[in-house]
Amino acid sequence: MIRLGALGAGLFFVLALMLGVVQPRDAVAPDPVEEHHKHPQKVEWSFNGPGNLGIFGTFDRAQLQRGFQVYKEVCSACHSINRVAFRDLAAIGFSPAEIKALAAQYEVASIDDKTGEAATRKATPADKFPLIYPNEAAARAAQNGALPPDLSLITKAREDGTNYVHSLLTGYDEAPPKGWTVLDGLYYNPYFASLNIKMPPPLAADDQVTYADGTKATRDQMAKDVAVFLTWTAEPKLEARKETGVAAVIFLLILTLLGYLSYRRVWADVKGPKAVAAE
Amino acid sequence: MSFPWAKHYEPKSEFTKFVDSRLPIPRFVYDALGAGYPAPKNLNYFYNFGFLAGVALMVQIITGIVLAMHYAANTAIAFDSVEHIMRDVNSGWMIRYMHAVGASFFFAVVYIHIFRGLYYGSYKPPREVLWMLGLVIFLLMMATAFMGYVLVWGQMSFWGATVITGLFSAIPVVGPAIQTWLLGGFSPDNATLNRFFSLHFLLPFVTLGVIVLHVWALHIPGSNNPTGVDVKGPQDTVPFHPYYTAKDFFGLGVYLTLFAVVVFFAPNMLGEVDNYIPANPLSTPALIVPEWYFWPFYAILRSFTVDFLFIPAKLLGVIGMFASILLLFFLPWLDTSPVRSNNYRPWSRILFWVFVVDVIILGVCGGKHAAEPWIIISQLASVYYFAHFLIILPIVSRIEKTLPLPNSIAEAVLAKYNKASSPGLAGSPGVQPAE
Amino acid sequence: MASETSVAADTLPPSGERRRDFIYVATGAFAAAGAAAVVLPLVNQMNPSADVLALASIDLDLSAIQPGQAVKASWRGKPIFARHLTPAEIDAAKKVDVSTLRDPQTLDQRTKAGNEQWLITLGVCTHLGCVPLGAGEGEARGDFGGYFCPCHGSHYDTAARVRKGPAPKNLEVPEYKFNTPTAVTIG
Repeated sequence: MIRLGALGAGLFFVLALMLGVVQPRDAVAPDPVEEHHKHPQKVEWSFNGPGNLGIFGTFDRAQLQRGFQVYKEVCSACHSINRVAFRDLAAIGFSPAEIKALAAQYEVASIDDKTGEAATRKATPADKFPLIYPNEAAARAAQNGALPPDLSLITKAREDGTNYVHSLLTGYDEAPPKGWTVLDGLYYNPYFASLNIKMPPPLAADDQVTYADGTKATRDQMAKDVAVFLTWTAEPKLEARKETGVAAVIFLLILTLLGYLSYRRVWADVKGPKAVAAE
Repeated sequence: MSFPWAKHYEPKSEFTKFVDSRLPIPRFVYDALGAGYPAPKNLNYFYNFGFLAGVALMVQIITGIVLAMHYAANTAIAFDSVEHIMRDVNSGWMIRYMHAVGASFFFAVVYIHIFRGLYYGSYKPPREVLWMLGLVIFLLMMATAFMGYVLVWGQMSFWGATVITGLFSAIPVVGPAIQTWLLGGFSPDNATLNRFFSLHFLLPFVTLGVIVLHVWALHIPGSNNPTGVDVKGPQDTVPFHPYYTAKDFFGLGVYLTLFAVVVFFAPNMLGEVDNYIPANPLSTPALIVPEWYFWPFYAILRSFTVDFLFIPAKLLGVIGMFASILLLFFLPWLDTSPVRSNNYRPWSRILFWVFVVDVIILGVCGGKHAAEPWIIISQLASVYYFAHFLIILPIVSRIEKTLPLPNSIAEAVLAKYNKASSPGLAGSPGVQPAE
Repeated sequence: MASETSVAADTLPPSGERRRDFIYVATGAFAAAGAAAVVLPLVNQMNPSADVLALASIDLDLSAIQPGQAVKASWRGKPIFARHLTPAEIDAAKKVDVSTLRDPQTLDQRTKAGNEQWLITLGVCTHLGCVPLGAGEGEARGDFGGYFCPCHGSHYDTAARVRKGPAPKNLEVPEYKFNTPTAVTIG
């Protein structure tokens, strides 16, 4: 009875599916976006360690600070890093006094003690980097309809994020393919999902920022530095993660080996030549 | 345990005697996982995965309880609280990555566990109830995993919740009302998040309870084994402890090593980048896909593209997806071959591997855009999925000519060693019957 | 043969005790160490997180507080009283015979040298943790002109020392330091 029912149900599903299989299919029009979209270029990053494998490797503190400088002088005109607190900058090599001074350059919302009305106060190290725009509508109104995303997590929110940021920032030079129309107010960038990006080229020329450590601020260098900085903002515990990981894996390999030896020893009287010979 | 030669727990000290006569938990453990449980001596490494599944659940429960100490189930701050865990809570990043990666590992282990049961016929009498309890656990896991994924309240969480609860809207007449009831609103919102958090916390403990039943049901007939032949006597078994505890411990080491590699070096490998974007009800991601472990079922859902017998395609997809899991409950009665192990069923063995490939193909299709050629591939793969269980297996299991079975587990083990070792040991005498 | 494999016990040494050789001990020890290494972060996660610790010290500006007035501030989730003592209040606090007090402390011990007009204490009654009155404008200051806890009637003097009522200790003075003559960092 069950098998008869199963046969009926089976035929039902098979026929329903086969009906779909034999339907005529619309010719798939080649998608111009898919055709011209480019995957980010692979770059060797210091935090990925030897072979870019991602096992060892640490952030280059000087590079992180340069990247922060690029963010602060270029990106922060429109993009916030609202998940990062000023105190977090200690991890990329800022001293407590520098952090305090930096935080004091920003205003955050507060309430006036006396009037109870909305006011602002100087940020403290415990505060997070304030939003540039209070909400999405305000951002779009100020940015001609575009929404500059918060960059705190951007390298984790995009496929191959660090490479993506670097490629996107340096990807404006490529000429649009033949027949591709770039709408007014948009820019062609083959690394952007829709190829049409509203963000004007942020890194327009070499030496747009002046690095304190004397590094030559080429556009590529600036793009790399800010990509690394944004990798840190997205994954501030990256170094601790890898350190813990190396220790954990080494420990577990030894434990597994010991476990294997114990296992062999326990089974020696059941498996193995001695046990077979005894049979 | 049912085997008469099972060792019995003998409390030695005054204290253990005291406990044993009042609350005999040590005796219970001894009989369930200790020396008091005789297990077939020929279990291979695929039999490690039941234990590993239990470990994976415990990892999820422990890390999950910790995460719940810091998580806030409120749409305004849920995403922020997850980032708070990642950035500010001591070791929070590690605990969260363990939980997220742990879900994937849990499913991987359970899938291997299920396929092992399929290959060796572990669903066949007298283990039908054991098999069905396992499927109940699987269903509970799927519900738990889905709701847990929503808690992050990223883009994929939100749209996953929208799509999956939207399945219920396919039910005629009452569907939309059911969807609204599930969500507590007209789209996923605070009410949804709160109830999902509550249930996500509850269901693992329900799962734990069903696992107790699952292990209980296992201990009535005892473990199946790669030959599928019943245990006939003491020469076929070894005490679970220390033999299989040692083997499970070694397997655990391998498992934890792989787990650590992913947690510490590629924690986001199995996740979706879109879930690092906070949920936005006004913007749909380019590609909505569930986590990889749902892909085969998602492919089946999407492979029903035309109405059939006046049933709309959307409803067919939902019925097909649920049927693809529920039909497994009937498997013990669909496959009527008296031989359990596919080692001795030449046709079924081929069918098994075709089925494995079929599920992998479905999985690949489920992770892709719903576009050609993936639609037609998933349609054909779905056809095989249903045909395999509902049509082919019932027929093949009746007409298949099976290979001769070994007389006993001990004989099979012996034959294997004789083949592997020097010719001098070959041609050993047959196995004596059990005493 | 049946007797050979019946149970592993048959193959054990006569003592019945499986020889616990090095490999088992090493495996067990390693497993125990691993378990301890896992427990540690699971326990430590309940300690204050980085954002909580970042607020463990606050800056307080005293410049707006007139003599005789006090302000309340929040520090680590508890109220802080910062009070600008008048010369009369300082005199009153200094005149008390310390040996008669329940919790003997001089005003000098409870303020910073050179800044004895600034009395900074926790606003938590040492009896059962209520917030005493006296820091706000027009609030009762008790029989000794300091603070008064309405819960069970503890009276504190102008050095915030307990003088009457059930409180066992003076109001606690937190750790703080002067950055400028009118700005302190507490904690």
